[in-house]
Amino acid sequence: MARYEIFVTYKKGIFDPPGATAERALANLGYDEVGSVKIGKYIQIEVADGPNALMRVREMCDKLLANPVIEDYRIQSDEKDW
Amino acid sequence: MKFGVVIFPGSNCEQDVIHAVRLLGHEASFVWHGDTDISGFDAMVLPGGFSYGDYIRTGAVARFSPVMAEVARFAEKGGPVIGICNGFQILCEAHLLPGALLRNQGLKFLCETVTLRVEASACQWLDLPEGTLVRVPINHNEGNYICDAETLAHMEAKGQIVLRYCEADGSRSASGSAPNGALDDIAGICNEAGNVFGLMPHPERVCDPAVGGTDGQAFFTAIARRLSEVAS
Repeated sequence: MARYEIFVTYKKGIFDPPGATAERALANLGYDEVGSVKIGKYIQIEVADGPNALMRVREMCDKLLANPVIEDYRIQSDEKDW
Repeated sequence: MKFGVVIFPGSNCEQDVIHAVRLLGHEASFVWHGDTDISGFDAMVLPGGFSYGDYIRTGAVARFSPVMAEVARFAEKGGPVIGICNGFQILCEAHLLPGALLRNQGLKFLCETVTLRVEASACQWLDLPEGTLVRVPINHNEGNYICDAETLAHMEAKGQIVLRYCEADGSRSASGSAPNGALDDIAGICNEAGNVFGLMPHPERVCDPAVGGTDGQAFFTAIARRLSEVAS
């Protein structure tokens, strides 16, 4: 089996309400060094290994796991045990 | 005139739509999300709710329901389709309408009656004159409409912006009149042809005078009249 980690974040310029809220909350707690906070999604996926595994995971992201209209994603292969 | 109202797992406004449409003298019946035959319907409604628990993104799973392939085909041929609230989110995810709906700006679930301004548009569902103000309830957590600048300009040019949130007197606040932070105060849009219409507010809830108003009636009567004109 092959394991992948997928990080889904909003595209640049798309307003991220939870991120903006966390940003304000951290400022209220006195963390003046905080510039910006973005909150996204983290997905772990296990698939049958093969030459097309990564390509298929990318396709899954484009189709369902991320919305290309508003989101970017990054796929990282994951060796560690879940 | 027969409306088909799709039920997805987690839809919860389908009864309201059926009630509203029947009250207005039309036929309506439910369509299961697994159905693949929608022949016999003159118009399709995707009602509000929380299809598939809103998991992944609102509407992201529902758009792959078997019935949605039929709805897309129906829309392609010019069949009238309306998506209300979660239905709007599903239409965006299905790319039957441009853009997407994000979490409300203030992270608050919004449940209130708002004033909407009818814009000049290509929308076949609503032919109220431009500038008409209607009072319609909203009830959502993800109604913050967004699209890129190019898409917005294109929609503006093609008359795809159907409804905007506004103040009680019809004006728009400089800081935005959309309670959810929607881009350009957009509450409802249609496709270029005007047969596919998506909106966050719930017109079906203000059709029966017994429950708070009749401003929503025009959202269903116009399409019925238009279809009967075409038929005759």
